[in-house]
Order: sequence, then C-alpha cells, then structure tokens
Amino acid sequence: MSDARPPLVEMRGMSISFGGVRAVDDVSLDLQGGEVVGLLGHNGAGKSTLIKMLSGAYRPDAGEIRIDGRPAAIHSPRDARRYGIETIYQTLALAENLDAAANLFLGRELRSGWGTLDDVAMEVETRKVMARLNPHFAKFKEPVRALSGGQRQAVAIARAIHFNARVLIMDEPTAALGPQETRQVADLIVQLKKEGIGIFLISHDIHDVFDLSDRVAVMKNGRLVGTARTRAVTKDEVLGMIILGTCPSAAIPGPGALAAGGA
Amino acid sequence: MDSSLSGASERATAPQRRSFADLFRATEIDARLVGMLGALALIWIGVDILSGGAFLTPRNLWNLSVQTASVAVMAAGMVLVIVARHIDLSVGSILGLVGMIMGVTQAEFLPKYLGFDHPLIWVIALAVGLAVGAAIGLLHGAIVAYLGVPAFIVTLGGLLVWRGCAWWITSGRTVAPMDDAFRRMGGGIEGAIGATWTWVVALLAFAAIVWRTLHARSRRRKVGFALRPVWAEVAVAGLACLAVLAVVLVANSYDLPLRVAERIAAERGLVVPPQGLAIAHGLALPVLIAVGVGIVVTFLAQRTRFGRYVFALGGNPEATELSGVDTRRVTVLVFVLMGMLCAVAAAISTARLNAATNAQGMLDELYVIAAAVIGGTSLGGGLGTVAGAMLGALVMQSLQSGMVLMGLDTPLQNIVVGFVLVVAVWLDRLYRSRTLKGRAG
Repeated sequence: MSDARPPLVEMRGMSISFGGVRAVDDVSLDLQGGEVVGLLGHNGAGKSTLIKMLSGAYRPDAGEIRIDGRPAAIHSPRDARRYGIETIYQTLALAENLDAAANLFLGRELRSGWGTLDDVAMEVETRKVMARLNPHFAKFKEPVRALSGGQRQAVAIARAIHFNARVLIMDEPTAALGPQETRQVADLIVQLKKEGIGIFLISHDIHDVFDLSDRVAVMKNGRLVGTARTRAVTKDEVLGMIILGTCPSAAIPGPGALAAGGA
Repeated sequence: MDSSLSGASERATAPQRRSFADLFRATEIDARLVGMLGALALIWIGVDILSGGAFLTPRNLWNLSVQTASVAVMAAGMVLVIVARHIDLSVGSILGLVGMIMGVTQAEFLPKYLGFDHPLIWVIALAVGLAVGAAIGLLHGAIVAYLGVPAFIVTLGGLLVWRGCAWWITSGRTVAPMDDAFRRMGGGIEGAIGATWTWVVALLAFAAIVWRTLHARSRRRKVGFALRPVWAEVAVAGLACLAVLAVVLVANSYDLPLRVAERIAAERGLVVPPQGLAIAHGLALPVLIAVGVGIVVTFLAQRTRFGRYVFALGGNPEATELSGVDTRRVTVLVFVLMGMLCAVAAAISTARLNAATNAQGMLDELYVIAAAVIGGTSLGGGLGTVAGAMLGALVMQSLQSGMVLMGLDTPLQNIVVGFVLVVAVWLDRLYRSRTLKGRAG
C-alpha cells in the first residue's frame, strides 16, 4: 500500500438507520487498487448494509464516498456502475435459462447496425473474457443452468470485469461452492488482483476469506471493530474480533473495538 | 430448446447409437420441435385411418389450416406472456370485445359516412381493433407491472369485464355482415390467394431459407466459429424447402367449387374446357397472417432487446432488475403485444364467421394456453418457442377436427383434448429431466 496516491475507494463516517436501529454506525474503510479486503462479521453485523451503500442499493444517512480521492455521488446501482463499482450478489444474479453471453451482456446488449441483438459479437466478447478467467470453459451455447457453481461464479465475475470494473464487491463468493470450485474462484481473485482491481470480499465465515485477503476489516453491531493486515494476525485473533469485539495489538482499532483490548 | 445435447444421456450406455446422435446434433435441429412434428404426423395418420381417409385430403387440411389461424396467432403472444412468468386468461374475451368493436365499426358506423363497400373500411376497422387491443393490453400490463396485482387476477377480471363490455356494445345483438374486403382475412373462397400467388410466396420462402443459411454461415466464418458441416446445412435448408413445397402443393390441389370456378371463368373471359374447370384455392390469407405473426414474434423474441429481457425476466426477475433493465416496461409491452395479437385473431375470426357475435372467442383462453403449453412453454417461465406454440395450436385443432370427422360427440372430444394436454406436458417433463441429466453427466 503506497500512501502517495489516494485510495481507490474511501468510505468515511458511513451511517444508516432503519426504523431507529443504527445498522451501520460511523464506519470508515478504504480499498486500494489490486487489494483484497475481507469484510467480516456475524450475520447482522452491518457488513452487507455497508456495502450496499457503496453499490448504490441504499442511500446513507451520513458519510462520504470518495473514488480516487474525489467525492462520488452514488444514488443507484447504475451510478455505482458508472464509477466502475460492480457487485456480485450472494444469490448469483444470473438468468438460469440464458447462456453465458446473454447473461454477461444483460442490460447492456451489443447490437448490430439494424438495432437487433448481435449474438455472434456478444459470444466473441464472452469467449475473450472467459478465456481470461477460466480457459477451460467451453459451454457457451448452454443455459447457465447447465453450468457448475464455479463456472456460474466465473460468468458472474466475467460480467463485472468485462465492463472495466475497478472495484468488485463479492458477497459470500464461495458460500455455495464445493472445494474444487472454491479453489477456482480463489484463483480468479488472485488474477483480478494482478490486474489492479480492488476487491471487497464479504463473509461471515473467516475461512472463506482469510487466505485470500490482504487485509481484514471486522464489523460488530454496526460498528467497525478494526482492520488488520492479514499477515500480521492469526485466525484466532480475527475470530476474537468477530465474536468478542476485541482488537489485537497488530490491528488498527475502530470505534467499535472493546475498550480493554489487550492480548 | 437446446438440441446440442439431445441424446447426450444415452452416450454412456448406448455407444451404437452414438453415430446417429452425433449426426443429428450436427444439424443443430431443435429435437423438441422434431418430436412435436412426429406427434402431429402420428395424429394425422391415426385420425385419417380412423375416419376412413377423410382427414388427409387437400380440402380438410386446407380447412384445418384456416381453423388453426386464430388460436395460433394468440398462442404466439401467449408464449411471451408465459415466458415472462405471467398468464393471460382474458384473450378470449378481448377477442370477443375487439371483434364486436370492429364489427360495429365496419357494419354500422363507417357506412354512415363512407357508404358501404368503401375501400378504406376494412383498413379503418382493423386499425381501430388493433388500437383497442393494444389499449386493453396496456391497461392489463400497467396494473400488473405498476400496481403489483398478479396477472392471473388482472386477466381473470379482464375475462369478465371485456366479455361484459362486448355484450354491452350491442346489448347482445349479433352484428353482420362484414365488409367484403375485411372478409378476405377469414379465408374462404375470396380469402385464398390462388395458385400463382401461392407459388410466389413459396419462391420468397425458398429465397429466405437460402439467404438465412448463407448469412448465418458467413457470419460464423467471419469470427472464426465452428461451422456446421455442409451436408447438415443442405439437409436442414432442404427439409425446410420441402416443408414449404408440401404446404404449397396441398393448398394448390384444393380446387374451388365448380360453380365458383365457372363464375370466375366467365368474369375473366376464360374458355371452360370440356373436362371441367380446376382453379385452385392456394394458400388462405388467415394462414399467411398467422405465419407472418409467427415470424414477427419470433424475431422479437430472439433478435431484439425486448425479447431478450422477456426471457431474462422469466429466468430471474431480480437479476434482470439488478442488471438495470426496466422490467416494468417490458411487462407492459408483453401485454400490449398480447392485446394486439388478440385483435388480429379477432379480425380473422369475425371475418371467417362473417359476423361479430357475443360468444366469440369464448374458452379460447384455454385453447391458447393449452397450445402454448403443448408447444413446450414452461409455466414456470423462461422457456418456450413461438414455433412450438403455433404447432401446439395445430395439434389441438387437428385432434378436434379429426374427432369431428370421426363422428365423436363433443363431451368425448373434450375428454380427449384434456387428456392429451396432460400427457403432452408430462412427456415434455420427462424429456427435459432426461436432457438435464445428460448435461450433468
């Protein structure tokens, strides 16, 4: 992390309430290009809510989002896309009855001079992106339903990166996958990092993201417990952050950290 | 919908069948469509035998094609409605109301200003009908999309409302006769295009088939995709041309009644040969209209954003919405299209009957939905083809008119049709689960 250039994404003092409940309370978090940040916490800790403000699904009550150091106005998923922020939802937002190309270009179809769909051109582009992500992928003509979990995840990711995503938000990216497919997705993430894309991995399970993340950020009860370089802390220490809200000495404590945080 | 996997499940167990499966796969023909055509052939041959050869005659096949047109037109729209995870129970009532409005427009309203037999009457009547159909569809679609009332309820209400409106226009009185030019849309002697024009249509169809084949091939070659083997291209195009040829030959061997032929001969100053006059019907206009509707709706479904979004909506509504698609607009448009196709069907059916009656189109909603479902449209959404649905309409009509020829009573006819509907969907499920297993393995 070089401190010379501004972070790719900078969230400052993000807060949002639902019916008097502070779902996210004064959370600040940043992300560099080519960095993977694991956002951890129990169900209901506020991590998904925080990230939905970044992806434009929710509007924050307070706080500021900066992209490349400049304030960004994100009011809808479309706005977020304009800033290069793409979200891959937990439920894999794919239309199962359509093929990979149709899913990849859904809502942004390529068209011929006549205004009709240019399926051939879309397949060509899809083959290009998929070759980057999963060179063995060959089921271009089949509906997504016929693909394995890992292949579907690749299609979902292809869809995000084809349109030059700079920030990728992945909600529980490996929750529904088997061990081999999980490895495929892990390989993908490593590759995307190399291409300079910043990635938020959201999970309630530390094992899903610990090895993939450069840093972890832990939330509890809507507040940030702290952030830590993954190499500087152990899994047990991070578990302590998630469960108890304690902050180990190697971590940078946030407003949600337990006051007496000594190990 | 995907032929490339047909037979994949047998590969492991039946190696001797592999070569045939591979050959079939190379043609990229939709296996389900072939299955339907096979079923249709079975029905035709079976009914022909049971009715003592009365079914497979040019005359009966010609009539069958005309009788199928109205339901086939609506089935084309119903496919998209069902694919988008909706349903339209009101199509029969829309047909009734629009037919009544078109009838009153041409038989009672316009003649007051234009006089009878004015050349514009049929155009205006049809335009009014299409506008009313579109407006009703717009209303249904808007209620479904923006007010969130399920389509089942909205169109169930529509079924009652529009039937009531149709009655209300003339207080239940039948409107007749229709304008002469308008009546051509219903087929009959005036509504057949004759042998020469039928050959013109056939030549256009041949040209279109060849052009499509070549165009798709050159496009694939340009980007370096695998090409179908030449024999497969020739076989598929050849089969399509043969099908067109068969239809043309049937239509052109159904001759006009002798008296009509003699009248036409007299009008045109033809000499009547001693062995009698043989003037062929040729294709019927309603059939051409239905085929045209099929081509247009297929184009909409496969080649436009609108169609892509309809299928995406059926596959995963949330995903479609998150992709930035205006799903409400798509929903409204689907119902507008359905309404307009009901108007086309209403034109065909009032023209054929030469009257607009209060009961017109009653129970059509069930036949239309059944046709779509027999044609492989999944009620779960996301799956279906226009060609399949129109073939489904032909299957239903074949059964029905076959049973009439066999002299079966109406109650028995209904029992058979209901039975066939359930069996057809069951077979479709079997086929689907088998191909899916093939995919997984």
